[in-house]
Amino acid sequence: MTANHSILRRMAYKASLASPFVVLLLIIVSIPAAAQESPYFVTYDHYLEEPGSLEVEYFSTFGTQRGGNDFHSYWAEFEYGATAWWTTELYLDGQTTFGESTLFTGFRWENRIRLLKGEHIINPVLYAEYEQISEADKIIKEVEGHDVEEDHAVPNADSSHGHNHELELKLLLSSTHNGWNFAINPLAVKNLTGGDPWEFGYAIGASRPLALKASANRCNFCRENFIAGIEMYGGLGDRYSFGLPETSHYLAPVVAWNLPSDWTIRLSPGFGLNDNSHRFLLRWGLSHEFPGFGGAIARMFGGH
Amino acid sequence: MKSKITSYFLPVCTGTKPKAVSVAACFFAAFFSLLSTSAFAQNGKTTAGSDNVLYAELAKAPHKAVARTNPLATDPDAIAAGRKLFGMHCAECHGETAEGGHGSKKGPSLRAQEVQEATPGTLFWVLTNGVVRRGMPVWSKLPDAQRWQLVAFVKSLGTGS
Repeated sequence: MTANHSILRRMAYKASLASPFVVLLLIIVSIPAAAQESPYFVTYDHYLEEPGSLEVEYFSTFGTQRGGNDFHSYWAEFEYGATAWWTTELYLDGQTTFGESTLFTGFRWENRIRLLKGEHIINPVLYAEYEQISEADKIIKEVEGHDVEEDHAVPNADSSHGHNHELELKLLLSSTHNGWNFAINPLAVKNLTGGDPWEFGYAIGASRPLALKASANRCNFCRENFIAGIEMYGGLGDRYSFGLPETSHYLAPVVAWNLPSDWTIRLSPGFGLNDNSHRFLLRWGLSHEFPGFGGAIARMFGGH
Repeated sequence: MKSKITSYFLPVCTGTKPKAVSVAACFFAAFFSLLSTSAFAQNGKTTAGSDNVLYAELAKAPHKAVARTNPLATDPDAIAAGRKLFGMHCAECHGETAEGGHGSKKGPSLRAQEVQEATPGTLFWVLTNGVVRRGMPVWSKLPDAQRWQLVAFVKSLGTGS
């Protein structure tokens, strides 16, 4: 009897752990509508959020750390299509360093503005971001200046005291041809609190859906729902020492699974390309798009 | 058109606060200024006759684009696939039946004569380039084949309800 109770209790415990995932999976595959999101984690293409839509995203990065503890960093993104040419986005960052602590590390506010009306061979988008983050931030959403792995070896107890206000500017150049997307993002960052010089970095990406034609029936596992690609990103030093050495660089295959239910799942194993880089970064993310969010809010306040 | 929120941030932006606070305030001032401009633009989008302005975009398609034919016109699955894609990406603004959306996300009817008389190449061009200043996004993130499937579906609608 006791043994049976124990088995039942273990089964109930396992079921309680599994049930949220089952519910989430059912929600993901059942709600009608759809997203067509890029698979990149760091690189941006030129496509903006549809006007009035809100995309809520969660991302994680697990990183190995030489000379310190491995970490799991995470961030939430709230991306809103203000118009067809302007997307604004709020990030909330956090991290857990194993054996140390869990921290909220700050926020970022990003704006992307499409510069040209129609589609061109190369499509430029201006990107401006204000960041208020602590030095314990480890989401590695970009690499700038002389960012190296060693920066993240500082214990949370010390790094969490330093805070940065940064202005980050990027020029997103992107082109889509025969289903392939190619994107290049040069970036410049200025720390507004200290006398640090302008720092630079880059991200490059290429991706393509696994099938270009849509199937006639609604499906979760159709090839056109998967977009695979690769991205590379790293630092370019600062205005006094510009170049590829003394900073970190990463190469990461990326894949996105766009479900007809408007959910997108992304996965990317990243590999450091030199001794200044983390050896391995595993990233994953889950996002959901709420079409018509802006209209719903407007109606709530008596609009049309 | 300056919003109240913009007015709140502007004095801090130009004031003698610490540099970081000033820069942040300038950023917020610029943001809300842009937001109010965009809200104005969106309101303008829904005024009477705006559909005609959007239909007028069809006439802007270059000759080369107008002359293109749908390579999937004879594909038996194209319309069904286009219907699926329409439900996923277009119905939000153009309505489930493509007769036009309602409220703040009003897209024009795709059953209108102007649309139905347009060549497949013209519709493909509008899909590819969007009408960005009037709220229609660029849809080149959908591969060419999917945009042609959408065109096949839209052309199959006809002008009836």
